[in-house]
Amino acid sequence: MTALATAASHAATAPLVEMRDVSIAFGGIKAVDGVSIDLYPGEVVGLLGHNGAGKSTLIKILSGAYAADHGEIRVNGEPVHIASPRDAKRCGIETIYQTLALADNVDAAANIFLGREKLTAWGTLDDHAMEAEARKVMGRLNPHFRRFKEPVKALSGGQRQSVAIARAIHFDARVLIMDEPTAALGPAETQQVGELVKQLKQEGIGIFLISHDIHDVFDLADRIHVMKNGKLVGTARVSDVTKDEVLGMIILGKCPPGAVPGPGAAA
Amino acid sequence: MAEPSTTLSPASSDSSSGAPAGRRAGIGDALRALELDTRMVGMIGALAIVWIGFDILTGGAFLTPRNLWNLSVQTASVAVMATGMVLVIVTRNIDLSVGSILGFTGMVVGVLQARILPEIWGFDNPLTWVVAVAAAVAVGGAVGAAQGAVIAYLGVSSFIVTLGGLLVWRGAAWWVTTGQTVAPMDGLFKRLGGGFEGAIGAGPSWMVGLAAVLLSVATILVTRRRRAGFGFPVRPRWAEGVVILLVAAAIVGAVLVVNSYPLPAPVVRRMMEAQGLSTDGGLPFVAHGFAIPVLIAVAVGVGMTFLSRRTRFGRYVFAIGGNPEAAELSGINTKRVMVMVFGLMGALCGLSACIATARLNAATNANGTLDELYVIAAAIIGGTSMAGGVGTILGAMLGAMVMQSLQSGMVLLGVDAPMQNIVVGLVLVAAVYVDTLYRRGLK
Ligand SMILES: Nc1ncnc2c1ncn2[C@@H]1O[C@H](COP(=O)(O)OP(=O)(O)OP(=O)(O)O)[C@@H](O)[C@H]1O
Ligand SMILES: [Mg+2]
Repeated sequence: MTALATAASHAATAPLVEMRDVSIAFGGIKAVDGVSIDLYPGEVVGLLGHNGAGKSTLIKILSGAYAADHGEIRVNGEPVHIASPRDAKRCGIETIYQTLALADNVDAAANIFLGREKLTAWGTLDDHAMEAEARKVMGRLNPHFRRFKEPVKALSGGQRQSVAIARAIHFDARVLIMDEPTAALGPAETQQVGELVKQLKQEGIGIFLISHDIHDVFDLADRIHVMKNGKLVGTARVSDVTKDEVLGMIILGKCPPGAVPGPGAAA
Repeated sequence: MAEPSTTLSPASSDSSSGAPAGRRAGIGDALRALELDTRMVGMIGALAIVWIGFDILTGGAFLTPRNLWNLSVQTASVAVMATGMVLVIVTRNIDLSVGSILGFTGMVVGVLQARILPEIWGFDNPLTWVVAVAAAVAVGGAVGAAQGAVIAYLGVSSFIVTLGGLLVWRGAAWWVTTGQTVAPMDGLFKRLGGGFEGAIGAGPSWMVGLAAVLLSVATILVTRRRRAGFGFPVRPRWAEGVVILLVAAAIVGAVLVVNSYPLPAPVVRRMMEAQGLSTDGGLPFVAHGFAIPVLIAVAVGVGMTFLSRRTRFGRYVFAIGGNPEAAELSGINTKRVMVMVFGLMGALCGLSACIATARLNAATNANGTLDELYVIAAAIIGGTSMAGGVGTILGAMLGAMVMQSLQSGMVLLGVDAPMQNIVVGLVLVAAVYVDTLYRRGLK
C-alpha cells in the first residue's frame, strides 16, 4: 500500500495506534489530561506544544515507560495492555527518547542491541555480529561514524543521537516515536533523518514526531496534534492550516477553522 | 587470564579511530597497537612496585616462592568475593553483608560436615566435601537473593539492607551452634583451604599452566579470526604476538614460582615412608605446586569475566550501572537482574566460606569479620567505580592481591596490626583519588 493510498483510506482502516482519553498525574500535577490521539500506517503525525505541555509524558505512556492513570491504548483497533517497554516493543512500538536513554558506559552496538542481543550458538553475546549490523545501520544515518569500540559517553551529542535512532529503526518497528530526534544534530544529519522519515513512511511505518521546529514538522508530517498544559488543543492536517495558525494553537490554545478542536482548546 | 579484545572498559583504545593530531611516533604508537588496557597496566605496575619495595625493605624475604605461595592462598577468599562485589558496585549498589554471610554459611557447612553428614554416612565419606560446598553456595545464594529481592522489589537501598544483613547474618552465625566453634573439618574438604595437602604438586601444576596457555592463545586467536572475518580492524601481527608472549610468560612464571616452593622435610619423609621408600639417601625436592584455593579463585575469576563480558546477564549489569533508566526503557528486567547480582554475590560468599573454613580447619562464628571492607577495597583499588558502570573482574582480583601484599609485607616487616589498618585505609582512599583523576583525564 502506498502512503497516499493509506492516507486516503483513513475512514476504512483502523488506526495503527490510538490513545483514547489518556490521563496521568504526578503528585497532583496533571501532566496529561484526557488526551486522545491516533496514527495511521504510513503516516507522520507531528506532536506539538510548548515546554512542559506533556508531549514526552504522553508518548512515554505509549512506549511503556509510564502507566497511565486512565485511558485506553489500541493497536490495529485491538485494546492492548502496555505495562512495560517490553510490551510496547512486542506491539512493534519503538521509541527515540528525548533523553536518548543510552547506557553511556557501553559501545554503540551494545546500545543498539540492548535488551535484544544477538547470541552465538553457544548462547554467548555475539559482539562481532552486533558490531557488523551496527556498522550497517549507523552507515545509513551517519556514514562517517567510526567510533564503534568506544563507550557512547565519548561520542558527540549528534553521534549519540544517531545511535539512539539506529536502535529504534533497526528492529522492524511498525510505530516509531521520535521525541526531538534532531535536537543535537547538525544540518546534514538533520536532513538525513528527514530522508529517513520519508523512507520509513514509504515502508508503511507510522511515526509520531515531536519537534519544536515547526518548519520540520510541516515538511514531514501529514497531520499534527497540538498539546497545551497536558490537554489536546486540536488536530489538523498540515494542508488545512498555516504555520501561524499552528503557532496560535501552541501558544494561545486557539483552534483555527481548519482544525478539529480538542478538550484543551481555548473558548 | 585471557582478555577478549572486545571490551566494555572505557580505557580500551580504538585502532580504528582517527590518529591523534600530534603524532608521537614510537612507544606511544606501539602501546596503542597493543590495545592494552592502560588502567590494568597501571594496576600491575602498582603491584610490581609494592612487591619490589617490600622485597628491598625485607632484605629479600618478600619475593620468595614461599611468601608468594602463601600470599596467593591468603588472597583467595577475598579475591573470590571481590569478583562478585565488582558486579554489585557496577550496578551502583554496595554489599556490606559479605563478611557476615561468609560467617553464617561457614557455620552451616561446618555443622553439616562435622555433625550432620557423619551421622548419615559416617566420617571421611568422599561425597562430604561436595555436599558441603554445594550447600554453602546454595545457602549463600539464597541469602544474597533474599537481600537482593528486598533491594529490587521493595526499593530499600542496598546500603541499608546489607548493613542490616551485616548484623543479621553475624548473629545467625552465632545461633547455628550458639557460639561454639566446630572442628575439625572433613579431610577432603580441608584441601580447599590450601596447606600442603591442598597443593596439587609440580606435574599437575605444569598441566594446569599448559592448559591455561593454550586456552588463552586460542581465545586470542579465535577473537582475531572473527574480527578479521567481519572485516574489522585487528591488532598488527607483531602486537598479537607480544600479547600472547606476555600472557604465556605470566602463566609459566606462576608455575615456576609454585613449583620451586618445596614441601617441608617431615612431610616429604612421611610421604616417602608411606610409599615404602628409603629416606637414607637424603630427601628429594617435592614442590607444592598450585594451591587448590588459588585454582578455585582463578577459575572463579575466569568464569566471572566470561559472565560479565560474554553473556546477556553481564551486559545488563553494566548497562544498568551506566544508566538504570535506559536499561529499564530497553526492556531489561532490571529488578530480576539485581536479584541475580546479589544472589551471585551471596553464592560467592558461600564459596569463600568453604575456603576460609577449610583453611582454619574450623568453623567459627567470627569467620569473615571485616571481610566486607577488604572485599570492597579490593574491588575499588582494582578500578571499580563507585559511580557505577565501570569495573573489571581481573582488576578486582589484582586489587585483592595488592591489599594482601601490603598486609603480608607489613607483617614481614613487623608492623603492628593497628598500623597495618591505617596503611590499608590510606591506600584505599589514595586509590579512589587516583581513579577520580583518571576519570577526569578521560573527559
Ligand atoms: N516523572 C515525572 N515526575 C513529576 N513530574 C513530571 C514527570 N515527568 C513529567 N512531569 C511534568 O509533567 C509535565 C509535562 O512534561 P513533559 O516532559 O511531558 O513535557 P514536554 O511537552 O515533553 O516538554 P518539552 O518540550 O520541554 O520536552 C511537566 O510539568 C513536567 O514537570
Ligand atoms: Mg519532552
